[in-house]
Amino acid sequence: MAAQANVGGVKAVEAGTRGGWRMALPGSLWLVAFFLLPLVIMAIVSFMSLGARKTIVMPFTDANYQRVLSALYLPTIWDSVWISLVTTIICLLVGYPLAFFISTRKSQFARQLALFLVILPFWTNFVVRTYAMQTVLAREGVLNQILLSLGVIQNPLELLYTPGAVIIGLVYGYLPFMVLPIYATAERFDFKLVAAANDLGANDWQAIWRIIIPLTLPGVIAGFILVFIPCLGAFVTPELLGGTSTLMIGNLINSQFEESNYPRGSALSITLMALVMIALLLYVRFGTREQT
Amino acid sequence: MPEVAVDLRHIIKEFPGQRRDVTFRAVDDVSLEILEGEFFALLGPSGCGKTTMLRMIAGFELPTSGEILLRGKAMQDVPPFHRPVNTVFQDYALFPHMTVLQNVMFGLEMEGVKKAEASRRADEALDMVRLPQMADRKPRQLSGGQQQRVALARALVKRPQVLLLDEPLGALDLKLRKEMQIELAEMQDELGITFIFVTHDQEEALTMADRIAVMNGGKVLQVGTPEEIYDTPNSRFVADFIGETVFLPGLMAGKDGEFGWVQLDGVETKIKASLAATDIAENQSVTVAVRPEKINLFPIKGKVRYPDGSSDEASEYKTALLRDPDINLVEGIIKSANYIGTDTRYTVSVGGHDIVVRIQNYGLRSDTHFEPGQHVNVFWDAETVRILVQ
Ligand SMILES: Nc1ncnc2c1ncn2[C@@H]1O[C@H](COP(=O)(O)OP(=O)(O)OP(=O)(O)O)[C@@H](O)[C@H]1O
Ligand SMILES: [Mg+2]
Repeated sequence: MAAQANVGGVKAVEAGTRGGWRMALPGSLWLVAFFLLPLVIMAIVSFMSLGARKTIVMPFTDANYQRVLSALYLPTIWDSVWISLVTTIICLLVGYPLAFFISTRKSQFARQLALFLVILPFWTNFVVRTYAMQTVLAREGVLNQILLSLGVIQNPLELLYTPGAVIIGLVYGYLPFMVLPIYATAERFDFKLVAAANDLGANDWQAIWRIIIPLTLPGVIAGFILVFIPCLGAFVTPELLGGTSTLMIGNLINSQFEESNYPRGSALSITLMALVMIALLLYVRFGTREQT
Repeated sequence: MPEVAVDLRHIIKEFPGQRRDVTFRAVDDVSLEILEGEFFALLGPSGCGKTTMLRMIAGFELPTSGEILLRGKAMQDVPPFHRPVNTVFQDYALFPHMTVLQNVMFGLEMEGVKKAEASRRADEALDMVRLPQMADRKPRQLSGGQQQRVALARALVKRPQVLLLDEPLGALDLKLRKEMQIELAEMQDELGITFIFVTHDQEEALTMADRIAVMNGGKVLQVGTPEEIYDTPNSRFVADFIGETVFLPGLMAGKDGEFGWVQLDGVETKIKASLAATDIAENQSVTVAVRPEKINLFPIKGKVRYPDGSSDEASEYKTALLRDPDINLVEGIIKSANYIGTDTRYTVSVGGHDIVVRIQNYGLRSDTHFEPGQHVNVFWDAETVRILVQ
């Protein structure tokens, strides 16, 4: 299997070295025009100053970054990181067993149906779904009413406009991005290896820890990145569910550009990108080590 | 008397069938006693329940009914990871994310053996299977035969009371397979561990095992040493599955102790042969199982030559043979002759039955050769032929 895959890979690489660059040309031009160029512009702007009537003027300065890393913005950046981290961990704790549960269903129909249900929310616009979440979490919302009628709580909970609400909204929105890559590795997992581990004296926990988790780690890491990075830049969810109490970097960037403070908005954007890069570098450093 | 290592008592295993109301019996009332230090082979065609038997001994499946005892201890409530058995799986099941050494160390670590000690013992085990220089490779960087050795080392390093091997040589090419057969048998001898070896290759079972259980359709048909299984099969299936056999239909004409006489259709002489079961009644239709290499031919006219070069008149030879009451002698016509090097295979027509005969080629070819169409005397010892129930 692996050998065949290698042979295929070699062929693909050979084909790539021949006329490959011509095929990559349109895509490259697109990326240069709409990604690299704006990025460079943004990086430059982030070092410029705001002039009269919100114009962008010289001289170059690092004042914007000093501002971003000042006591005014740093707590929000920190909030963004921990909210994203907690969201990702919850997605992992929910998504990992879920993906395994789905992948171990015997009937193919059951597996496909379950996957379909996982991605079903994508059929509705994200903003609409987040508004729906607002009505679920509101003081007179569905959740409070259910909990009240069940007698679990006596007074309605203040759920909306808290970090908790943002996390719930983000988990709801990004869970499929955790489930799908884990499912892909779980589906290929060979349960005979667990039998072999048991045979060699491993109990079920040891088998999970030493065999199942290491072999599904690539899916976990992919899911982690696919959830963590968009969460860092989230802005609709904290806007609608976090209210004024919970801001994330996305909201800051949004408000800076709304106020036409392009230099500071750019500096915030570049900072966000730096955080994402750090996450990716950690992945490259630790995540790819297993796959020699 | 060696002790019983594995005691299987009336094991039945049923799986849910295609429809909900029917069950499928993969193992059907199997009772076996496997002795300490024995090399025991489970032999049978694909799907006869061999793997299921092993999985029950290892603890991956529970019998629907029946008891499994290891060294006299009931295994009913013992999970796989606490059973003193280890398995070499049909497709090895090596851990792909671990190196060869880590694979072999895994079982020791689970026992709580210290890292250094585990690593030393794993090295020893790899030495034993002659793979020391591969310790740092990943399983996928090994050939099939090397992977097989790692699987073996991984199980043996635990020093189990019983080692279960599920067609471990199935994926190897013929030459490697023969080598590994010898090595495995030697290793088993050396370690004194009880081996239960599953195979569907009768030759493999015959050459390696101390005893063989022949299975079909979830049942054990016969248990015995390779010689017993080969020479005295107790059923048509066993005779057919192991070695080459020609079956001749006939009627029981009489019996005396272990022997019986069978009237073959179209053959005047009654055939004397050993009875596979004592409860075969007279006039019952039976089948006579004949092994090609147990039959001899000599010409009706002319001389009979012996391997030492001497010779006799055919008629005198015949008279001498017939003095022995255990010799069956009939006349036949050679239908075809196939020279296959060490042997020649003849098809001889005897009263309308085709009997396959294998004659060793000694001396000059002309000494022992018969031509198609030639009339020959066909004879064999009553002991070498079995009367089986139809
Ligand atoms: N989990 C299961 N569910 C249902 N049927 C099963 C299950 N496991 C085995 N069987 C059936 O039981 C029978 C015996 O299977 P088993 O794997 O023991 O055969 P085997 O003798 O090992 O064959 P092979 O030589 O092909 O490996 C087969 O008909 C198989 O389809
Ligand atoms: Mg099998």
